[in-house]
Amino acid sequence: MTSSLELRNITKIFPDQNSGHAITAVENMSFSVKAGELVAVVGPSGCGKSTILNMVSGLYGATHGEVLIDGEVVTGTRPEVGFMLQKDLLLPWRTIVKNVEFGLEEKKMTRAERRERAMEELARMKLAEFADKYPHQLSGGMRQRAALARTLVIQPDIILLDEPFSALDAQTKLVLQRHFARTIAESGVTCVLITHDLNEAVIMADRVVVMSGRPGTVVDEFPIELGNRQDPLARSLEPQAGVYVKRLFDTLHLENQAA
Amino acid sequence: MADTTASLNDGAPEVSSGAPHPKAKKMSKPTRKGISGSGIELAAMIGVGVVFLAAWEFLPPLLDVPRYIIPTLSNCIEEFGNMLQREALLKHFMSTLISALVGFGLGGLLGAASGYLLGLSRLWERVLSPYILALQIAPKVAFAPLFIMWFGYNSIPKLLVTVLVVFFPILVNVLQSMKTVDRDLINLARVYSMNRLTIFRKIEVPSSLPNLFAGLRIGATLAVIGVTVGELVGGNTGLGFLISYGEGQANTAMVFNAIILLTVIGIALYFAVAAVEKRVLHYLERQDH
Ligand SMILES: Nc1ncnc2c1ncn2[C@@H]1O[C@H](COP(=O)(O)OP(=O)(O)OP(=O)(O)O)[C@@H](O)[C@H]1O
Ligand SMILES: [Mg+2]
Repeated sequence: MTSSLELRNITKIFPDQNSGHAITAVENMSFSVKAGELVAVVGPSGCGKSTILNMVSGLYGATHGEVLIDGEVVTGTRPEVGFMLQKDLLLPWRTIVKNVEFGLEEKKMTRAERRERAMEELARMKLAEFADKYPHQLSGGMRQRAALARTLVIQPDIILLDEPFSALDAQTKLVLQRHFARTIAESGVTCVLITHDLNEAVIMADRVVVMSGRPGTVVDEFPIELGNRQDPLARSLEPQAGVYVKRLFDTLHLENQAA
Repeated sequence: MADTTASLNDGAPEVSSGAPHPKAKKMSKPTRKGISGSGIELAAMIGVGVVFLAAWEFLPPLLDVPRYIIPTLSNCIEEFGNMLQREALLKHFMSTLISALVGFGLGGLLGAASGYLLGLSRLWERVLSPYILALQIAPKVAFAPLFIMWFGYNSIPKLLVTVLVVFFPILVNVLQSMKTVDRDLINLARVYSMNRLTIFRKIEVPSSLPNLFAGLRIGATLAVIGVTVGELVGGNTGLGFLISYGEGQANTAMVFNAIILLTVIGIALYFAVAAVEKRVLHYLERQDH
C-alpha cells in the first residue's frame, strides 16, 4: 500500500539557546504528494529541506500547520515511513543482512521470517553475496544500496530520501540513480527526494517543488512530463530535460550568485 | 606490518604518475622495504633489551655502585629465589593480582554503569557534572590512608583505592560516548518505533563500546597503581607491602623485584583487555589503521 502526503501551511521555528533569538527554518509551506508519486524538493542550502523530512517522519512537530499522511495528522514517528540520508546509517557492528533486519525487529515476526525477507530484499539490490560482510567492507555505492534495502524491507507506504546520492562519485551516482529509480517504481511507493542536484531532480521525479532560501517556502512547483521514470539515464538524454533544469536554475536565481 | 605495506602501496600510483615505471617493480619495492624494515626494527628492539640487561649486570660493579643502591640482574634473580622461599612471594603476588583484578572488575562495572545511567539522563548529568569533575581531579590514591583509618589493616582499603582509580576514567569515557552517539542513528531507530530501552540496547551501547574499551585500557594500568598504593600505605600482604618491607631492610633487590612483578601484572591486565577489545570490536579492524 502506498500513501499520500500533504503539508499544510507548515512553519517551523527553532528556539536558539545560545543567541536567544529563534530561527524560522520554514514558513507557511504547503505541498502535497499523491500516492505512488515521486516528488523532488530542491532549494538552497539551509532552507529547511531536512527539517521538512524530519517533520514528515514525525521526529518533531511543526510550530504551525500540520502534516497529513493519508489524511491523518502526523503526531509521532510511524513504522510505515522509510527514511534515508546521505549517510548510510548502517550499524558498523552488524553485518549487512543484520542491518537490513534492523527495521523489522520491531515487527511481530519470527527470526526466520525476518532473515528471509531481508535476504529477498538484498537479492533485489544485488547484494545477496555481501549479506555476511560488515559495512566497512563495502563500497559507498553498495552501502547506499544496503541502506535502501533496509528502508524498503519494512514495506513502507512512503519513503523520504535526503540527498541519498550526494556523497557518491559521479559514476556510482548514475548507476545508483537508475537502480533506485527502478526499485522505487517497481514497489510503487510514494517518495520524497530531497536533492541539491537539479539534474537529479528532473530525471528522477514526477514533480519538482522549489524552495526559497531561509525561511523556506514554496516558490515554484511543476510536473516533469518526461515519462519513463524508471530510467533516469534515458530521461536525461531528452532535450526537454534540459529545459526543466534551466527553469529550476532560473527559479533559484543561480546566475546571480557569486561562486 | 600489513598496514605499512598497504599504505606504501596506496601511495605508489601517485608517485608513479610522473615517471612511467613498470608496475611490478614499484609494487615490490615498498613491500620488500616494509618487511626488511620491520625485521631491522625487531632486531633493534631485542638489541636494546640485551644491551640494557648487560649494562644492568656489568655496569654497577664496574662503577663501584654498591648493591643496596643498584643491585645487578643476577642479584635480583638470586633475591627472587630467596623471596619465593622465605617471603612467600607467591602469596603476596596472588594477593596483589587478585586485588587488582577484583578492583578493576568492580571499578569497571560501577564506572560503566554510572556512565550509562548518567548518559541516559541529561538532567542528572548536568546536576552531577561539577562533582564528578572535582572527584575526577582529586588524587584518588591520597584516599588510601583515610580508608585504612576507616576499615583497618586488611584488604578492603587497597580494594577501595583500586575501585576508585579505575572508576573515573571509565565513567568519563562512557559518558562522553553516550553524549556523542550519532543523532541520526537514534532518529532512524525512532522512525522504526523503537522505544528508549531498545535504542539504548541496540544503538547507544554498541556505539559506546570503543570508548568503553579505551576507558578499560586506562583502568587496567591504573588498577595496579591503586593496589600498590593501598599496599604501600598499610597492610601486611602484597607486592606493595614487599616494597616497603624491602625498603626497611635496605633490600633493594627485593624492591626491584616487586616493581618488576607489579609491572608484569599491569602488562598482563592491559593485554587481556586489549585482546577482549580486539575480539569484541572486530568490525572496526579496518577503520582502525
Ligand atoms: N534542531 C535544530 N535547532 C536549531 N536550528 C536548526 C535545527 N535544525 C535545523 N536548524 C536550522 O534550520 C535551518 C534549516 O536546516 P535544514 O537542515 O532543514 O536545511 P537544509 O535545507 O536541509 O540544508 P542542506 O541543504 O544544507 O542540507 C538551518 O538554518 C539550521 O541551522
Ligand atoms: Mg539537509
